[in-house]
Parts: sequence; structure tokens; C-alpha cells
Amino acid sequence: MRSRRPSSRPLATTLQKAGAILIAPVTAGLSLIDRPLRAWQKKTGHGGMAAVFLLPNMAIFGIFVLFPLAVNFIYSMTGGTALFLADRSFVGAQHYERLADCTNYLDTATCKDDMFWNAVWNTATFVVVQVALLTVVAMTTALILNRDLRARSFWRAVFFFPVLLSPVVVGLIWRWILQREGLLNLVVVGMGGDQTNWLTDRNFAFAAAVGVSIWAHVGFYALILLAGLQAIPKDLYEAAEIDGTRPARVFWRITLPLLAPNLLVVIVLALIRAVQVFDEVYVLTGGGPGTSTMYLTQYIYEIGFASILRNPGLAAAASIMMGGVLVVLTVMQLGLSRRNNRPGR
Amino acid sequence: MSAALRFLTRRRGHGGRWHWTDVFTTVWLFGGLIIMFGPALWLVGSSLKSPAQLAEFPPTLLPYVSQAVTVPGYDKPLDLYDVTMEDGTTRRLAQIRRVGTMAQMVDPAAPDEKIRVNIKQRTPAREVGFATENYTEPFQRLDFVRYLWNSVFVTVMATLITLLTNSMAAFALSKYEFRGRGAVMGIILATLMVPLSVILVPLYSVISGLGLTNTLWGVILPTVATPTGVFLLRQYMLTIPDELLDAARMDKASEWQIYWRIVLPLTAPALAVLAIFSVVWRWNDFLWPLIVLSRQELYTLQVGLFSFSGELNVQWHYILAMTVVTMIPVVLVFVFLQRFITTGIAGAGLK
Repeated sequence: MRSRRPSSRPLATTLQKAGAILIAPVTAGLSLIDRPLRAWQKKTGHGGMAAVFLLPNMAIFGIFVLFPLAVNFIYSMTGGTALFLADRSFVGAQHYERLADCTNYLDTATCKDDMFWNAVWNTATFVVVQVALLTVVAMTTALILNRDLRARSFWRAVFFFPVLLSPVVVGLIWRWILQREGLLNLVVVGMGGDQTNWLTDRNFAFAAAVGVSIWAHVGFYALILLAGLQAIPKDLYEAAEIDGTRPARVFWRITLPLLAPNLLVVIVLALIRAVQVFDEVYVLTGGGPGTSTMYLTQYIYEIGFASILRNPGLAAAASIMMGGVLVVLTVMQLGLSRRNNRPGR
Repeated sequence: MSAALRFLTRRRGHGGRWHWTDVFTTVWLFGGLIIMFGPALWLVGSSLKSPAQLAEFPPTLLPYVSQAVTVPGYDKPLDLYDVTMEDGTTRRLAQIRRVGTMAQMVDPAAPDEKIRVNIKQRTPAREVGFATENYTEPFQRLDFVRYLWNSVFVTVMATLITLLTNSMAAFALSKYEFRGRGAVMGIILATLMVPLSVILVPLYSVISGLGLTNTLWGVILPTVATPTGVFLLRQYMLTIPDELLDAARMDKASEWQIYWRIVLPLTAPALAVLAIFSVVWRWNDFLWPLIVLSRQELYTLQVGLFSFSGELNVQWHYILAMTVVTMIPVVLVFVFLQRFITTGIAGAGLK
């Protein structure tokens, strides 16, 4: 453990003082709650108090997460553009039929809702390519950060930096670099290439979406892998070195098997995020050129909220199909993290 | 210097030679440094350029401003140019007007004589200068201050409510035995990963049913009951010994006092981690505010920024400057709390 730099102490105390002053009115207010609650406690005992403590969170959670989750399914069975469930007509599985109506699922032109299937295939391609590349980059970064580096925390921070940026900022930064007068064209023209508007090229827009989302998130996954790498006992490597085992073999036989649980968590978390990809790509390309980088979340957003195409029921149906994929992935994730949290690992 | 050199040439000992992995590590790290920080630095540098310079290609590394001079006899300041004369010498002249490919210029030192110059022979005289008006104008003329305030309000309120309600729930779930505790915990775990994008449509109808569309509370409330927060805090509170609570009960402390005066202070490290996460999440939120807010005066920074960049003629000079301002709080969080965050993530595998 490195000792804390002394220079950060005054700042910490200042922040603490500022925090205390800011919090003071809240503290006073919350102390006032005590008297009525004490009376309530006398009447109901500990059981009633548990309910009191649970109530605020569960109420908000119920209204804004559980209830929408429950009515989403009913929503997907209703038609029209009205918002209130009572004003909507029951149409049964019509939306699902529409979404599933394809003569050839691989060819979006044969589908009734080609926009949906376009989004599905775009998302699928994005997920496969992005998660594969992201895992490799994160793994490489973690392995390198785990080496005997000087200023390791600095390098760790370097790769972590974009994780905190907002998707809008990420999208704008890269749009600025990839535009016609941008930095990329400076390099390309310098090497004798043509000045291009990169984001209007289909293939490049996809590559940019993948690259930018890797750029924005790789630090997060590299950190999880780094934590796993640091948990591998050093004596295993020492033993391997004494035996003269080649580094590649050490990697395949020691590092990878012991890192497998973390690696799986990383892959599943990356999958969950990639399936929902929206904001940074939306800001970067707006889903274009055409609809080539339009992904499922954007489809749901456009169909559910854009005024021209507005069809909330259809959007709900699509979101349920997306939710199905996410539930499978989440169950995997929970299973994996539970296994990881087993004592003795 | 020698320390830096030693740092740069540090490698695994393989008989003093560079192993290929050392080369790879160095390339990866310094490549990473450029790729991770470079774009943001380019953004900051660009945000100080004038609109004319932003449209220029090839772009320059540093922001320049063209020099202007006031010449007697002319109302407006005139732009200065370096002109290559026919005899090969270079003179610094001020441009009066331009007609086609010819420019009418004047020597600021001798304002009476007008000189005709082909525009190919002149280059703008420029010096390094910062177009700080990119920053000041959005604050004065545009709704930027309002967006900033909206974002601050949403972030602070959402974080306070998140901390309070999540910690209360976590307290109940970790320190009380009651019927249905397992069920509540199960529901929270089950929705741990249900993203907002799956319930967008019904959630929007709930918000509009409650009359919360086009209010900042409509942005705040759906985000505050995070299962992640409850889970994180509960795990932490489980490590607080129950004997402490029993001792307080012997001293006639009420349950609320136990929560407020004993458990909450002891949970401070976990609360700090959650607070940092919450601030970053809420500050960066985009999709949900985009849906809930359609009145411009309610836009948060992220939505405001996006709406600017969506306009037909994109005013990049404002967008870049505002993007930098949007980044500032997050970069501050990063600089001061980076260690907390990274250990928090590595420990919990959060989000």
C-alpha cells in the first residue's frame, strides 16, 4: 500500500468541513423526524420500524420500476398513440406478429417491420464485434497494468479516464475528430490520403461506433480484470519461473484459468451494456448514415417517442424482446458473481 | 531527468536486453496515453479557436487569432495580412476590402496609399490567442446557465435522495428480521440490471400520469431507487456488529437514532462510493432527460448540448466550449477521487 500523499490532507479536511456545513440543515431536519417515529415505534415495535425504513425506497422503486415493468407487457398488447392504458385499445399479439413477420429473417427487406430487423441485426453485429474487441483490449490493458510498472496508479487512471465522461461528451469529442475538418483527416491527408467525411461512410460509421464505445468503457473492464489478476497468488508464477515455463504457457495454464471467473463477468457485463447501446453512438452518428448504426434502444426511442412514427405499443413489444435477452444475460451475471463471491476463492 | 529516463527504459530483466513484451508494454501505455487523453485535449484546444479557424483545414494545433489594426480614416479595425510583394519582399498590410481575387490593402504606417494585391499573395497575420468568447458568450446569451443549474439541481437532489432512501432500505434489510425480507431482497436483486431502456414507454406514461413530464422531478425520481445502491450499502452494513445496536437500545435510543447516529456514520465509506457513482451517473444521464424534457428551459446540460449539436448549422465553437464546461465536474471527480472509484469498481464489479 502506498501511503497517502500529505498534500491531499488539507484538501480532505476542507472538503469535510464544507460537507458538514452543507449537510447541517439536512441533519437538523432529520433529527426532527425522530419524535413522531419514536411514538410509532412504541406502538408497533421493531417490525413496524422495518417497514418505515423500507417504505420510501420501495415506494419509489415500485412506482417507477416495478409498476412500469409489470404494465409493459399489457402495453405491448395495446394499439394507438394514446398514452394512458385506459385510452388504448386491446390488439392482442398484433405488435409481436408484426415484429416477427419476416419471410427471411436474414434479409430485412422481406420483413414487415424492416426498421426493427435492421436494428436487431445492427445490434447483433455490434454486440459480437464490440464485446470481442473490448474483451481483448481490456485483457491486454489489464495484463500490462499488472506488470511491474512504475506509477501504476497513473497508468490505471489513464485508461480509466473516459469511463467517467458522459456519453454526450464522448459522442461530441469523436464527432469533432472524425468530421471533415477533423483531426483524423489531418493525419490521413498528411499520409497522402483524401479528405473524407468519415461518418457518412457506412462501414466506417460502424467501426467508429465500435471503436468509440470501446474507448469509452475499456477502463472499467480492465479494472475488473486487474483486480482478478492481482488476486492470483504470486507463488504460482514463481514456481512456473523456477520450472522454466514459457510465458505463453504460463498465460494459458495459470493466468487464464484463474482469471476465468472475472473474465466471464466482464464478458457478460459488456454484453449487457452492448445490447443496450444508445447514447454515445446516437450522439456520434445519429443512427446514420441511413439507418446503418441504428440500434435497438434507438429503435424503441424513435418508435415510442418520435412524433411521426409514434407507436408506443410496438415500442413496448420491442423492449420486451430486448428485455428477454437482457434477463438471460442478467441471470448469467448474477450466477457468475454469486459463484465468485463464494468464500475461499 | 535520470529518474524519468530510468522510468522510460524500465524493463523486465532478461540479461539487460529488451524483451518484446517490454517494447509492447511501452507502446501500449504511451499509445494509450495519447488515445485516451489526446481526444479530450484536442477538444479543449479546439474550444479556444474562433469559428473561422474551426472551419479551417488543415487544423492547427494552437488556437490563433488574426491581428487587426485601426487605421486612421477607417471606422472598423482592419485585418492584417503578410503580403509577398512583386519584388519578393514581404510587407505587413491591412486589408480594406476584397473584390474577386484582388484585395485592396493599405500600409498602416502610410494610410494614404492604396495597394492592389492578388489574394494568393497574402496570408493572414496571426498570433496565438484564445477565443475566450466561446466560453463567455454561452453564459451571457444562451441558456447555458440554466442548463447548468438544471443539471446541478438534478444531480444534487437525486444523489441526496438516493443516499437517504437506499441507506434506509439497506438498514432495514440488514438489521431487521421480518417476514418477506428474502422476497424484497430477491426483487431488488432481480431488477439489479433491468435497464431504463426496457421500461421507457410505460415509465413515461407513469411520469405523465403523475404530471411530472417537463419537470426536473420527472428526471430525478425514476433514477433514485437504485438496486445497486441498496445492495452495496446492505453488504457494507452487514459487517457492522449487531451488539453495537443492542447497546444503543439499552441506552433507550430509538430505532431512527440508531440508524441516523450509529449505522449511517459507520457506513460512510460505502456511502461515499455510492455518492460518487450517483453524481457521475446523474450528471451524465442523457436518454431519460431527453424523453422527459421537451421544454428548452428545463434541459439539462447533456440534453442542451445535444440539441445544440443537432441544429442544422452546428455552432461548433459554442458546443466545444460547453462540452469542456460539462466535463469539468467529472474531471474534478476523476482527479480527486479516482482511487476511491477504481477500488469501488474493482471491489464490487458494479453497474
